[in-house]
Amino acid sequence: MKQAINFLFVGVGGQGILTASDIAAEVGLEAGYDVKKSEVHGFSQRGGVVESHVRWGDDVAAPLAEKGSLDYLIATEMLEAARWVEWLRPGGAAFINPRHIPPMSVTVGDAVYPADESILAAVRTRTDDVTVVEGLTIAERLGNPRLANTVLLGALSTRLDVPPETWLAVIERRVPPKYVELNLEAFQEGRRALLTK
Amino acid sequence: MKTTGTPAATKRLLSGNEAIALGAWEAGVRYAAAYPGTPSTEILPALAQYAGVRAEWASNEKVALDAAVGASFAGARALAAMKHVGVNVASDSLMTLSYTGIGAGLVLVSADDPGAFSSQNEQDNRHYARFGKFPCLEPADSQEAKDFTCFAFELSERFDTPVMLRSTTRLSHSKSAVEVKMPAEPREPGTLPPFERRPRKYVMIPAHARLRHPEIEARLQALADYAEACPLNRVEWGDKRIGVISDGVAYQYAREVFASFSLLKLGMTHPLPARTIRDFAAQVETLVVVEELDPFIEEQVRALGLEVIGKQFFPATGELTLARVREGALAAGLPVSVQRPKSEVTTNEDVGPRTSDLELKPPPRPPALCPGCPHRSVYFNLRKLKMLVAGDIGCYAIGVLPPFEEMDMLISMGASIGMAHGARLAGCPDKIVATIGDSTFFHAGLPELANTIYNRGVTCTMILDNGTTAMTGGQDNPATGVTLQGETTRAIDIESVVRAMGVEDLWVVDALDVKEVEKAIREATEIEDRPTVIIVNGACVFTPQFQHRPVVAVDAEVCNGCGFCFRVGCPAILKSEEVDVKTERPKALIDPLLCTGCTVCLQVCPRKAIYQTQGEEV
Repeated sequence: MKQAINFLFVGVGGQGILTASDIAAEVGLEAGYDVKKSEVHGFSQRGGVVESHVRWGDDVAAPLAEKGSLDYLIATEMLEAARWVEWLRPGGAAFINPRHIPPMSVTVGDAVYPADESILAAVRTRTDDVTVVEGLTIAERLGNPRLANTVLLGALSTRLDVPPETWLAVIERRVPPKYVELNLEAFQEGRRALLTK
Repeated sequence: MKTTGTPAATKRLLSGNEAIALGAWEAGVRYAAAYPGTPSTEILPALAQYAGVRAEWASNEKVALDAAVGASFAGARALAAMKHVGVNVASDSLMTLSYTGIGAGLVLVSADDPGAFSSQNEQDNRHYARFGKFPCLEPADSQEAKDFTCFAFELSERFDTPVMLRSTTRLSHSKSAVEVKMPAEPREPGTLPPFERRPRKYVMIPAHARLRHPEIEARLQALADYAEACPLNRVEWGDKRIGVISDGVAYQYAREVFASFSLLKLGMTHPLPARTIRDFAAQVETLVVVEELDPFIEEQVRALGLEVIGKQFFPATGELTLARVREGALAAGLPVSVQRPKSEVTTNEDVGPRTSDLELKPPPRPPALCPGCPHRSVYFNLRKLKMLVAGDIGCYAIGVLPPFEEMDMLISMGASIGMAHGARLAGCPDKIVATIGDSTFFHAGLPELANTIYNRGVTCTMILDNGTTAMTGGQDNPATGVTLQGETTRAIDIESVVRAMGVEDLWVVDALDVKEVEKAIREATEIEDRPTVIIVNGACVFTPQFQHRPVVAVDAEVCNGCGFCFRVGCPAILKSEEVDVKTERPKALIDPLLCTGCTVCLQVCPRKAIYQTQGEEV
């Protein structure tokens, strides 16, 4: 019997959330889990919040987990980490890329983008297991900011009982051929960032 | 996908929409049509990849269904797909299609949107099946989406009826494992046998309709009898203290929350299997119905004289979730577990059960027009000129949100033009502009504009031509010159259409020229005795036609933090941490990763503090 695992990927429209969660879903299937993945397209996606649920288990029923039952929250943007933290189970793990994409409510002056310290404090009311992964920094060093999500996947993979080769194989077939090498490198960088901590 | 020769190699993660397409293809569908609409959009592009299927974007949902009806009458299995509100558009044909029945199998996919994630309402389209007296099938995962679609064609032919396959956002846009035969076999459609002329069945003049109606009632009875044995309905026995009747994705929540109890899963929700429901009810202590949106099953179960726990505990508004089903069950006093089964296994003792005591309230992140969006200059200027705006369905509905807040009415596809006309001719003293996109114009805008012209209307219609159906992800339409199958076709020229309808006061402007857009609106709305049209041309940033230019940047020496550029609502324009000493306001800063170089902000900056960089094109 495989223990059920709930993931939630969150970020902002255009950040590649759906591809990252697709990869996590396919890795689960390859690793022998039953898998469900759920997301929403359309209006809310235009510069808005994007969230994608992935569930691995023996026999997954609901396509999205219950609020407060996530094992892993993967946020590609700081503010979104705060928005979704209540979905984590107490003690669940948060992986956060500390990028800021201020929403329009902040730009027009109706709201203030919270300080990193208050966001992280809010996340820590839920769990002590918080990892800030410098996804964008590492990705830019590798030469392409779009690799940030793959760095996060690398970091996430260190917690899961699935060989890295499975992840690499799925990434290889999911990303455009000319970006395969860079993505594989970004994944390994993400793993190193965690394993050397 | 790599094939390893193991059984797992044939399992693929498919979205509900991809699975519906695969099921239709396996059932031998030869013709399929749709108008793009979230959450149904991806069905047709998936079908278009298969050989031997003619898959098309129709100009609207009624046209899609009509074309599918023609294909069916001609003897080809056919499918029409649309979002829930699209069925409203197609319903004129749908109600009478029930009378004619079909030639070859015909399936209507209705993708409903509980939660209204990308819709103007949350209507429950199961009512259409009851209204039109045809079957409704509701898959609960992607495997069922494929299997039920295949089954729907069989059912359609067996009972000479259209069949509605009802999906929801959580089915269409969730992925789960589906058994796939790899690789798909090539298929040649060949030609159909000659058309079988059956006017008493296919030509619904009153005399024929009166003859068909009793047959439809008989068919409904036959379907109700069949429902008792339908393999899509099944009982999963468990603890008989509670028996839950459920359908679609709601079933998945029910089986997780009511894990140990008995379930009656309905795959066919119209007509309902009355005897099966009575038998199930007789064997359980408490009967519960868990369904999304309306009490569609519940009311019919009550009509059988059965007591049931339903909508008083499980909300009729919004999407169901595990939490809402659990809360409803607990509120009803049902013995389901308070805690998630999972938390018993994995709660971290060190952390303990902390409650949601967040002091931080994250600022909202509503949708915004993309950087480079050609709609930006339109709503910026309409606000500046204080126009009333009748809006329409598309990305440009974002014009109602800050910082524009420049839309006064919006209800359905094409309605902008009619609403503006009616308001003005009824005596509204304000100047009203209708804004409508290119795809929406061809969907339902044409008859509305004809009406304005015919009835001596005096409103201004702005057609925002961004060269694609943008909100749903960039589908082609009659103005783009490309079909769903990738063929080149005649692109219908909107300007010629408008001129041919007799509009002489016509402006054609560049969306990225802010002053030109403003001038056209001023001139057009000064004319108050005849209809005017402004065509605003500007490619959507997601089309190949959009030209990225060198990004713009802010000269912090010149910027005084006036905030004018914030009013164009561009996600690439941010507040700098640098504050102007005189105005004490934050200066502007442009994110080069997001900027497309469209220069709208540069054009509106009163201090000329924004400049185009010489950088390479992004």
